[in-house]
Amino acid sequence: MLRTWRYFLPLAIFFGLLWFLYTGLSLNPREIPSALINKPTPIFALAQLHSPEKKLGNADMKGKVWLLNVWGSWCVSCRYEHPFLNELSKAQVLPIIGLNWKDKPEDAKAWLAKFGDPYTASVSDLDGRTAIDFGVYGAPETFVIDATGMIRYKHTGPIDATVLSEKLLPVIRELKKS
Amino acid sequence: MKAIARIFLANAIPGAEFGAFVAWKARQCLTFILIACAFAAHAQTPTPEMAPMSPELEVRLKKLETELRCLVCQNQTLAESPAGLAGDLRREIRLLADQNKSNEEIKEHLRARYGDFVLYRPPVDGKTWLLWFGPFFLLIGGAILLWIMNRRRNAMMQTVAPVDADALQRANAILKDE
Repeated sequence: MLRTWRYFLPLAIFFGLLWFLYTGLSLNPREIPSALINKPTPIFALAQLHSPEKKLGNADMKGKVWLLNVWGSWCVSCRYEHPFLNELSKAQVLPIIGLNWKDKPEDAKAWLAKFGDPYTASVSDLDGRTAIDFGVYGAPETFVIDATGMIRYKHTGPIDATVLSEKLLPVIRELKKS
Repeated sequence: MKAIARIFLANAIPGAEFGAFVAWKARQCLTFILIACAFAAHAQTPTPEMAPMSPELEVRLKKLETELRCLVCQNQTLAESPAGLAGDLRREIRLLADQNKSNEEIKEHLRARYGDFVLYRPPVDGKTWLLWFGPFFLLIGGAILLWIMNRRRNAMMQTVAPVDADALQRANAILKDE
């Protein structure tokens, strides 16, 4: 009994190794788990893109479940996700605040005029410091923030129909219930 | 990105042998890296120049930057990465240093935003202990295995009955006759 068990041990070790290697290969190295999940939203108050004399910050969003979407007119994937944001905006599910990351305001405004503006408001992060506070390392990135101002979910990369219906909307629905 | 992945899926998945599957996975990873780097190139926006720093500060920050990872081109340190985000993070480090923050405080500041991933030397905690101590466990396990096997072999050698003098004489006699 013991003998036969010993013959299968190397095989078991081999499959264990295979499992580790396969898992390593199938993970996406660019999806870095956010350090900010279940942490309070970083404090910011930035000039609004369309009316720079007015500021908008996390304090203004208290009491609402909202979305923060990091975008830029220079960002290719942002264009890909844009129609989906437009759809979400039309459905009036929740306020979408755009963090216009390291962009020229005139370029950003022209971009929105051309492709549609899904944002309740966009704010200009000209020097990128607010993005650093949010742990942003590429655009687009999307944060779901609850009524108490806690970050509850982060999606890295472009949003599409699947991401919207399987990831973001369930989280949003859950947060709106509580 | 999805479309490319789907093309690979379409010609490699159904009923294909394992080798083809691994090759497909490898191709998928490569495609991903290439696309990611193409996007990373877009993130390069010039960083405003800052006041010159003292030689001591420059040496200190340069050393600190080699201990921090650039999140865009992940195998480069902040010191050597040409990515726009790395420039922004170098500026952030400089600003923190100007506020008399220590190296540890600066690292903690970045870790709170970007997670452990930003540190080249991961901290020892519940999630990483296997990474830190696993090799030593393997070493100790191997040593114990070696010791057991050695002991068993020695025991086996001793169970071989010593050859008695009579038998030896008879054997010699037979050999001489031949």
